[in-house]
Amino acid sequence: MRILICIKRVPAPGAKIPLSDDGQEIDTTYLGFTTSPHEECAVEEAVRIVEKVGGETTVLTLGPPAAEEQLRYAVSVRANKAAHVVTDTTDWGPERTASALTQAIRSMEAKEGPFDMVFFGNESADSAGYQVGIRVATAMGRPIVNGIKEIEVGEGSVTARRQVDGGFEEYELNLPLMLGIKEGINLPRYPTMKGRLASRKLAVTPFETTAKCGGLSKIELFQPKEQTSNTVVLGHGPEAAAKVVDVLVDLGVM
Amino acid sequence: MSVVLVMVEHDRGALVPGALEALTFGRHLACDLGLSLHGVTIGSSADALAKQLGHYGAEVIHQAHHEILCDYGPQAWGETVAQLARSIEAAVIITTGTDSGNEVIANAAARMDLPMVANCTKLLPRQGLWELVRLRWGGSLLERASLDAPVKILTLAPNRFEATLEPGAGKTESFVPTLDPCLAQTVVRRRVVESKGISLASAPVVVSGGRGVKSAAGFAPLEELADLLGGAVGCSRVATNNGWRPHSDQVGQTGTRIAPQIYIACGISGAIQHWVGAMGAKHILAINTDPEANMVHKADYAIIGDLHEIIPAIVDAVRTAQN
Ligand SMILES: Cc1cc2nc3c(=O)[nH]c(=O)nc-3n(C[C@H](O)[C@H](O)[C@H](O)COP(=O)(O)OP(=O)(O)OC[C@H]3O[C@@H](n4cnc5c(N)ncnc54)[C@H](O)[C@@H]3O)c2cc1C
Ligand SMILES: Nc1ncnc2c1ncn2[C@@H]1O[C@H](COP(=O)(O)O)[C@@H](O)[C@H]1O
Repeated sequence: MRILICIKRVPAPGAKIPLSDDGQEIDTTYLGFTTSPHEECAVEEAVRIVEKVGGETTVLTLGPPAAEEQLRYAVSVRANKAAHVVTDTTDWGPERTASALTQAIRSMEAKEGPFDMVFFGNESADSAGYQVGIRVATAMGRPIVNGIKEIEVGEGSVTARRQVDGGFEEYELNLPLMLGIKEGINLPRYPTMKGRLASRKLAVTPFETTAKCGGLSKIELFQPKEQTSNTVVLGHGPEAAAKVVDVLVDLGVM
Repeated sequence: MSVVLVMVEHDRGALVPGALEALTFGRHLACDLGLSLHGVTIGSSADALAKQLGHYGAEVIHQAHHEILCDYGPQAWGETVAQLARSIEAAVIITTGTDSGNEVIANAAARMDLPMVANCTKLLPRQGLWELVRLRWGGSLLERASLDAPVKILTLAPNRFEATLEPGAGKTESFVPTLDPCLAQTVVRRRVVESKGISLASAPVVVSGGRGVKSAAGFAPLEELADLLGGAVGCSRVATNNGWRPHSDQVGQTGTRIAPQIYIACGISGAIQHWVGAMGAKHILAINTDPEANMVHKADYAIIGDLHEIIPAIVDAVRTAQN
């Protein structure tokens, strides 16, 4: 089984998302970076499948040179190979991103044969366009379903389940296929010593692209109006419990 | 190019929340642009909705029929919307910004090779180029963007718009798309029903724990309190990542959006990705050792102190009051 996972480097903000003065970017001076959570789970799922049925996993990212950090992290949690479409630091937009990823996947497949499965996140954590995976799958003529929280690999086909209100929807897809994964499908492992060593030695395959800008262009980012509250402090420590009962009664939940 | 087409999202014949709001939004837009409003429902399970959709201003309701459209299937639905939009020369395509609404419309846009905008909160139609505002980061950040496309394809952010009545002609027309049989693989094959008590999304009370709870066992008093109040237990991503709670309990950007009467957040700092899941709560009680925690600042009520002492005391007080 050959599985490719598309991952994106995103900042990891805390209580607020700080912006640059011109509103063009998130101010990442004091922020760390991570992989979008859905995609972190997609990497874990691919690694588990390969551990079970054999094969190889490759991670692919499109982003600035520093996105190599996320590729190396994926290898430290047992992904095997990594490929990188290196961009400048600007936002590429969903159409351009999808067409650049498609180009990279096509050239990888031309060299080493098709990927049985390609995993995406349900949506990227930062721009949340809900479309890059669908565009790649459409361009390559492969089936894709989003929101997947359970995968069972059979002979030549895969059963994929997605959570909906009150249960699961089940799909059965033939290989080769693509899936959009949701956090909760598994609990990702932490890197091991051995994994960290492997990630340090990793040779990342670079890709160039001719993908053109799409029709959606960012003008600026801004914060939503902040919801402030005049917090009523009911007290300090367990003595405040009686006041909680008053509040619960007032709100009609007791 | 004289039509605003709204894909009326439904689940096996039942409208999803936001569907009528999207239709209403489409009607206002059609009115502003001097276009006419059409709706489309996919699959015969939704045929019975036509009359109701007429009450929200749809002039024509296209009812898409095909054997592959017997249940939800994002690629088949997307292809259907794309074919219909081409045949009626739609200028705008709109639907709800749910996971499936976004999925179908992204498939339609990909098939038409056009841009698609997820989760819009505002639209400023101009000649040619449109300006709009959309959600990023699950709603923690907004983006002002321009859209340059011959057909504008977008979804509407949830809970931002209202549905209002306005009679329309509501004429129904059957539409039979040409669908490649291979699209059937991404149609729902089987449904598994799973009822597990009160759902987090609709619970009237949510008692939630984060890093401050410190262990899986530490959640026992929170469960007890939730039980007493007929509520559900929630958690932060730290609790999920440590394996203390299942992911289905997680509140936030990559978890569940909740809307209880009261949210009791214990040992949760209130990171922005958690907050976007919690902000739908009518009232918030934060229990935290740190009076400067973001959750405390955003809460209506707070108790400062150790949750391991405070929650059992609340459980006792509630029990006494209930007896
Ligand atoms: C893209 C992305 C998506 C994410 N999605 C989500 C999401 O869906 N949901 C989510 O929750 N997080 C999400 N996160 C993670 C988020 O950024 C935070 O890391 C997380 O919410 C913090 O959890 P916490 O509040 O439990 O822990 P901390 O931030 O560590 O806070 C612990 C709090 O407990 C208090 N405390 C400690 N001990 C006690 C005690 N004994 N009694 C009372 N209070 C105590 C502390 O004062 C502190 O305020 C996401 C992150 C990213 C990057
Ligand atoms: N820059 C990128 N590099 C690699 N994969 C990406 C990138 N952007 C988006 N993706 C993938 O496409 C999915 C959907 O992204 P989006 O359309 O932005 O919501 C993400 O979860 C990723 O798996």
